[in-house]
Amino acid sequence: MEILVTALQEAWRLIISRDPVLFEIIGLTLRVTGSALLFAVVLGLPIGVFLGLRSKESKLGCLAPIINTGMGLPPVVAGLLVFILLSNQGVLGDLQWLFTPRAMIVAQTIIAWPLVIGLSLTAIRSVDDQLAVQLTSLGATRWQLALTLVREARLGIMAAVIAAFGRIIAEVGAVILVGGNIAGETRVLTTAIVLETRKGNFGLALALGLILLILALLANIVLHRLQHEGRHA
Amino acid sequence: MSAQYVLSDLTKTYAERSVLNIADLSIQSGEILALVGPSGAGKSTLLRLLNFLEFADDGQLIFDQQVVTPDLPLAQRRRVTMVFQSPALLKRSVLGNLKYGLQLRGETASKAELLAHLDQVGLADLAQQPATKLSAGEAQRLALARALVVKPDVLLLDEPTANLDPYNVGLIEDILQKNNAARGTTVVLITHNVFQAQRIAQRTGLLVNGKLVEIAPTALFFEAPVEQATRDFVAGKLVY
Repeated sequence: MEILVTALQEAWRLIISRDPVLFEIIGLTLRVTGSALLFAVVLGLPIGVFLGLRSKESKLGCLAPIINTGMGLPPVVAGLLVFILLSNQGVLGDLQWLFTPRAMIVAQTIIAWPLVIGLSLTAIRSVDDQLAVQLTSLGATRWQLALTLVREARLGIMAAVIAAFGRIIAEVGAVILVGGNIAGETRVLTTAIVLETRKGNFGLALALGLILLILALLANIVLHRLQHEGRHA
Repeated sequence: MSAQYVLSDLTKTYAERSVLNIADLSIQSGEILALVGPSGAGKSTLLRLLNFLEFADDGQLIFDQQVVTPDLPLAQRRRVTMVFQSPALLKRSVLGNLKYGLQLRGETASKAELLAHLDQVGLADLAQQPATKLSAGEAQRLALARALVVKPDVLLLDEPTANLDPYNVGLIEDILQKNNAARGTTVVLITHNVFQAQRIAQRTGLLVNGKLVEIAPTALFFEAPVEQATRDFVAGKLVY
């Protein structure tokens, strides 16, 4: 209990003192997670919608288990793949992205991508099949139908975004592998927590953990508000 | 009256089971045609073909002198709308659902016009309500208004009053008849309710096992049926 109180005091001190190192870490955390989420949504949502629409007409075959497996992809495996690809001997080694925030964004995108595909696919599939038939009967083209079904499934799609955000902001295995936890370069909240824990600074580690939780809470409040507005749109 | 649809040797098969086999049928422009028959007779399949949601395996379907193929132009497709037995509405307001068909076509209507459409089906007071909160009768009336607001040349109805109380049944029948009289909309109605067919249809046809057994002016169909199957059906006996 005492360590928790100390951690709370430390977290509060770090925040009100506007500790520049802390704010740099928070900034990088949000930048990496936000970018990865954006890429995962841009790359994953169209695929999820397409597959969701297709699944209303025919079975997805082996795609469904592949996507489900991807949704449970261990972050450290994703990190390892990105590490191999971006290492000097790797296919993308010339990019020199290893141990930079870009590598961390790539790794987190790979982690979030199947989650966005799988959950948006489920959201589209859960829309009443009869609705698609009846909207077609009203004169909707395939494109108009797809857009309408996305709007109908917006709550489920927002849930996909929230789930993907939750997964990658708390992720440590991949970012520490491809980012290296370099101070001022690639240190994010999760990797900083690992470092401080290893150093025995449990109070500081816990304080960073609380800040991470607060950030996640704030982001989820924003996303839930958007979801709530979507419900009444 | 010219022919809105002409069906010749039209067949449809699902999983090697023939569900529709219509040798010859003309549906006249501006008429109200009721199709009756036992469950599984192919009535809904026929409506889906008339709505271009599916296409025949063999034979010919002509819509307004144009042979129907999967490449039928969108403008032609949009001349036909359908009301289903269970309406599926959008998670929008009643007004939002009503406007949907117009939005698809890039058309607009004034709020007063839209409210007039809702008033016709007794829903003007609920214009801003979420459509998901409507009762079954209200939802079906909204589905009917949604199908009519785009001013279709053909309105297809698949047992639209099957689950409704007499008040809603009467209201929907009244709207159908008024619209048919005012705009000359061709109406093809599937119903299990022979009294409904008698009340509103100018012609009635009996479908059994995917085949059109008999079609005649409604009075003749019920009072002097030619085919034994029709006599049995009108008498309330099971027909297979």
